[in-house]
Amino acid sequence: MTAGPIAPGRGAARRRALVERTALLGPGLLYLLAFMAIPIALILVYTIFTRGRFGGVVFTPTLDNFTRALDPIYTAVLGSSLAIAGITTTIALLLGYPTAYAIAMLPKRWRTVALILVVLPFWTNFLIRTYAWIVLLNSEGVVNQALVGAGLIDRPLELLYTRGAVVAGLVYAYLPLMILPVYASIERLDPQLREAAANLGAGRARTFFDVTLPLTLPGVITGALFVFVPSLGNFIVPELLGGGKTVMVGNVIRDQFLKARDWPFGAVLALAVIVFLVVLFVLQSWASRRVSTGGRDA
Amino acid sequence: MTTSPTAPAGATGTLAHPLVRIEGVSRRFGDVVALDEVSLEIAENEFFALLGPSGCGKTTLLRVLAGFEQPDSGRVLLGEDDLLGSPPNRRPVNLMFQSYALFPHMSVERNIAYGLEREGRPKAEIRHRVDEVLVTVGLSGLAKRRPSQLSGGQCQRVALARAIVKRPRLLLLDEPLSALDRKVRAEMQLELKRLQHEVGITFVVVTHDQEEAMSMADRIAVMADGRVQQIAAPIDLYQRPVNFFVADFIGTSNVFTGVAAEGGLRVGDRVLPGRAVNGPVTGPARLVVRPEDTTLVEESQSLVSGRVLETQFYGGVSTVAIVVEGLSEPLLHTRPGVPEAHRDAIVHLAWDPDKAVLLEGTS
Ligand SMILES: Nc1ncnc2c1ncn2[C@@H]1O[C@H](COP(=O)(O)OP(=O)(O)OP(=O)(O)O)[C@@H](O)[C@H]1O
Ligand SMILES: [Mg+2]
Repeated sequence: MTAGPIAPGRGAARRRALVERTALLGPGLLYLLAFMAIPIALILVYTIFTRGRFGGVVFTPTLDNFTRALDPIYTAVLGSSLAIAGITTTIALLLGYPTAYAIAMLPKRWRTVALILVVLPFWTNFLIRTYAWIVLLNSEGVVNQALVGAGLIDRPLELLYTRGAVVAGLVYAYLPLMILPVYASIERLDPQLREAAANLGAGRARTFFDVTLPLTLPGVITGALFVFVPSLGNFIVPELLGGGKTVMVGNVIRDQFLKARDWPFGAVLALAVIVFLVVLFVLQSWASRRVSTGGRDA
Repeated sequence: MTTSPTAPAGATGTLAHPLVRIEGVSRRFGDVVALDEVSLEIAENEFFALLGPSGCGKTTLLRVLAGFEQPDSGRVLLGEDDLLGSPPNRRPVNLMFQSYALFPHMSVERNIAYGLEREGRPKAEIRHRVDEVLVTVGLSGLAKRRPSQLSGGQCQRVALARAIVKRPRLLLLDEPLSALDRKVRAEMQLELKRLQHEVGITFVVVTHDQEEAMSMADRIAVMADGRVQQIAAPIDLYQRPVNFFVADFIGTSNVFTGVAAEGGLRVGDRVLPGRAVNGPVTGPARLVVRPEDTTLVEESQSLVSGRVLETQFYGGVSTVAIVVEGLSEPLLHTRPGVPEAHRDAIVHLAWDPDKAVLLEGTS
């Protein structure tokens, strides 16, 4: 017996596995290259050039775009966008976790029904759903009429065109993106782990914080990211429900590209958001690896 | 304080002062009857084993005791208290899960300490007891590892440690030693018996290993299809099975089918000698003879004869398989030492009529 005949066979198998993997990844990679890598590369390039008069860029290198982005006007917008996205994410988590938990505890056939109900809003156009909030929140809107009618308030409240309205709209838009990953992680959790905790003397709250929550944290982190990322970049909700008073970084970027026609500066702001999100994703993958495997204690 | 179990060897399982009293407990899952009117009693400080084929309801019974399964009917008492009324985390009962259910995000020592922390024990005591039990189960070096970094047998020992470290009044173990090798298993068996005698814990242990049940248990309940077939001390279970299921399930048996007759079982024109142990038997019946109760004899004393199919020597004992005309399975004869017959020889078997059990039932 020599190792001779094994080695080439093994090499061939490995090559075949590589080919297979590439074949499977191929279409996805192509798509990413065309619609992610190239646009991002373009944005990167734009950032260091001068704006053209009617949009586009003039290829004269400059760093002005970056210094301008540090202007308090823009850092404030970025800061308030982060705050709004953060608050949105927090509220979505506080609403979404109990919902996901309740769904996971339903009898099996009702779970599917509940999940369909959760994603049902996605079947209607996002704009239309956001307009509906205007109908709900404006001074003659359903909410105000109900409150006045119930005698709880004398005059209609200023609900629309506030930060609160923007947050409400964002939470409403992205709540399913919180519920689904959290549900998946709760559903996957071995129910015997909760029983084991109870058996060892832990009450319900204790069991939740010691067992359920830590083990569903990857789902929570994923859900938080799913809500935070699109909230941060959203410009429809702040425009419709914020009424131009609450400007988020998404609005500024859009305006730079479409109204001010300052592509390089828009690119810098977009880059700032991208960098921020990349950092978040790195943190997320690190955190969920630590949580789920118990992090092999390296 | 060493108290010996007060369990009498009754077939009914009724005791004078039971610790646990299970009365007519039933549990259905859809069409499946996991527990069917189960009644049994477990004495203080007893080592009680549950035996039965897969799916007969052993785990379900333990889960009822631990509080994770609410029976459809019946009562469960622990001492004088109604156990079903109290939530799982308030019961002085610890369950070692068949699938271990170790917390994947906690180290071995945190897993084991968890139950003691919930009791609010002082840190030093917890440390001490965790270290002690780690030594007991032979995992001292692995205290800092996570369950995902352990082998199956190591996980099982962590689960065992987590259950025994609390020293509850009632300890429920669901196949606690199934993944362990012979040597470690023997050590753990001794350890469990030590806990029973020195700490005074009452055990209810599910096992698939009959030898384990026989050697360790004070009494054994044999279950089938959610029903208790027999509750008895190991020797009684072996020698006085109440029905064919128990006789067949426990140990190895030679089975003859025929009709009950005076002094034994009529098969064709012969009567094979045996006795009924649970009242008179009439009609179609079976005769069960243990391989070690048979002897090879002269033709003149023969009860059955046949041709030797094969012989096996296991060291301490040897087994002879004998093909007998009219029987679908070969008869087994075991004796201490080396086999006294060889292949293809014609041999004659006899047995002590007192040791052959006549049981009612159709084929
Ligand atoms: N949650 C459940 N839902 C539906 N059926 C169940 C459930 N739990 C148990 N059963 C059924 O009840 C019966 C008894 O199950 P149980 O787990 O008590 O068996 P067991 O004696 O422990 O078997 P094993 O030796 O294989 O562990 C089985 O038929 C099983 O399929
Ligand atoms: Mg089981």
